[in-house]
Amino acid sequence: MSFLQDLLGSQIVQLVVLGAALLGAMSGILGSFAVLRQQSLLGDTLSHAALPGVCIGYLIAGERQLSLLLPGALVTGTLAALSVMLITKRTRLKTDAALGIALSVFFAIGTVLLTLIQAQGSVGSAGLSSFLFGQAAAITKGDISLMIGTGTLLLGVVLLFWKEFKLVSFDPASAQVLGLPVLALEGALTLIVAIAVVLGLQLVGVILMVALLIAPAAAARQWTRSLSSMVMLAGLLGAVAGAGGALVSATGRGLATGPVVVLIITGIVLISLLIAPQRGILWQARARRRLTKRLPAVTVPHDAKRRKFPIRGVKRG
Amino acid sequence: MITASIILTGVLASASAALLGTFLVLRGSAMMSDAISHSIVLGIILVWLVTRQVSGPIPILGAALAGVLTVLLTQWLAQSQLVRMDAAIGLVFPALFAAGVLLIALYAREVHIHTDTILLGEIGFVWLNTVPLAGWEIPLSIITLSLVLIANLLFVGIFWHSLKLATFDPALAAALGLFPSTLYYALMTLTSVTAVAAFDAVGAILFVAFVIVPPATAYLLTRRLWLMVCLAIGLSTAACVSGYALAVYWNVSIAGMMASMTGVWFAATLLLAPQQGLLAQLLRRRKARLEHDCRVMLAHLLTHQNTAQVDEENTQAALTQHLNWPQPHANAVIKRALEQALIEKNGNLLRLKPAGETAARELFARR
Repeated sequence: MSFLQDLLGSQIVQLVVLGAALLGAMSGILGSFAVLRQQSLLGDTLSHAALPGVCIGYLIAGERQLSLLLPGALVTGTLAALSVMLITKRTRLKTDAALGIALSVFFAIGTVLLTLIQAQGSVGSAGLSSFLFGQAAAITKGDISLMIGTGTLLLGVVLLFWKEFKLVSFDPASAQVLGLPVLALEGALTLIVAIAVVLGLQLVGVILMVALLIAPAAAARQWTRSLSSMVMLAGLLGAVAGAGGALVSATGRGLATGPVVVLIITGIVLISLLIAPQRGILWQARARRRLTKRLPAVTVPHDAKRRKFPIRGVKRG
Repeated sequence: MITASIILTGVLASASAALLGTFLVLRGSAMMSDAISHSIVLGIILVWLVTRQVSGPIPILGAALAGVLTVLLTQWLAQSQLVRMDAAIGLVFPALFAAGVLLIALYAREVHIHTDTILLGEIGFVWLNTVPLAGWEIPLSIITLSLVLIANLLFVGIFWHSLKLATFDPALAAALGLFPSTLYYALMTLTSVTAVAAFDAVGAILFVAFVIVPPATAYLLTRRLWLMVCLAIGLSTAACVSGYALAVYWNVSIAGMMASMTGVWFAATLLLAPQQGLLAQLLRRRKARLEHDCRVMLAHLLTHQNTAQVDEENTQAALTQHLNWPQPHANAVIKRALEQALIEKNGNLLRLKPAGETAARELFARR
């Protein structure tokens, strides 16, 4: 226990845990909409497509400066989202192919730029490849205030357009009929996910970001049927996973934060899938068993014993 | 020699990937290759922990099992209806990948499995690991990838018709007793094997580029399946050769450049493809609009030709003012009608020629 106290006493660890919890909460909240709109894998594409943007930002800034890396990531992420839209709207290719094309091509360009930076031999390039797997330990106070600022802003937008986002997520057709600007709202939701991805890169990196977006929402979905409680629960679970992952990886042994966070949140998802009331797998199995026990008593007609062909599960007298 | 072996490795890997990728793209399960290529990392490290081998048939098949496991888990999760298919993919592979990365960090620091290698590959070093064969020193990955390509070619060749039917009409394939889901799992197993064999050379994510992008490019160019397969393989070969040349010229990642070149082919095709390219679509839409408005003008001229307002209505000015057409568009429409000898110009007045009048009357005729 004193070990944990030592760990929490350190100011750096406090900062990292706070940052990780914030990022987890944010991606949990914003990812909920992506999951409900069946656009989970768009987060995967966006996060991979952030790599070239990060590299370009680095090439412009000449050092690892978050205020330039993140806008770069946002620009290339948005470009990727637009190309996915263009490909699905204008060709015979399906959504999954469009997502895969944008993901792999943008990432390939990113790796090319990465080797270009490494060839320059600058000092901070090691910090740059931490964007692949994330490095929560590198979070500074400035980063945290940036996260709090952006997070509050995004949360404000979500609250302001809550009803509109809800309708667009569940029933875009009636939103269209009601005269809502569906395309703009969908674009805004995509942009929000892109921003969440970009901020989350620090914590889990481009490869595993998709899990941080999807998993809290998928877990929260099992426990509730209302959007507001799902979003809040997703934020809470994301924060727990983020803080837990940061703590575990702070204990040393060279464990990168990203994979630990992903494993924790996956564990939460597994538990939710198993035991969530009404929906969970165990719950369903129990309900089915009870039903089969009751079934013969209810459905056996009184002439069952005289039937020529037996009804399955009913003993002949 | 080094150049040749690097390019040959790239070509073999990308041809195998494109061959299977054609069917994945057509089936709509392209993102499954992304999931597979990530989770084989867990398979590779697990096999290494058990057997202490990183290359050879056992590690390849063992690691490929992790890919098959991903497919099974994803299908099962989606079928439980607790989460949708896209979320199921996004839940399973990051978890397996994260476990793989952690295991590497904990137990396998000293081997050459490195997280950067997993993602980016090191095709530049394939010639370092060679085996003697018939008096030649052949790079190991070339032998492995050749075998994989042969296996893929045999699979696709033998099951060509069943694969085709299972891809385009799984219900009919099932009704005919062709076991489309067995074929699907066989396809996924081969994709996993190819991913493991290729991962040394091109890395996990760039493998995805070779699976998805060349077949998707070919799909924009043809509707014939065999032609699509050939085009995909041709495009990926071209990407390997040109990507290698550019990578050496700019001194950047070879595999990354090869994969980027597939993106260049795709972008160019998306713009310029003869039938489905964006440019062709634009021209087609513009032509259709011109033809439509040409008919509108003929109808307009016919309606007014024997009335009192003919001098006012059947002029170019009426087209811009009454029909609200922009001046250049009105000019283009008139020019087209003149070229097709549907109307004639008499001072300011536009008059229908016999051919134009027939065409206009046909528009009003009851069908």
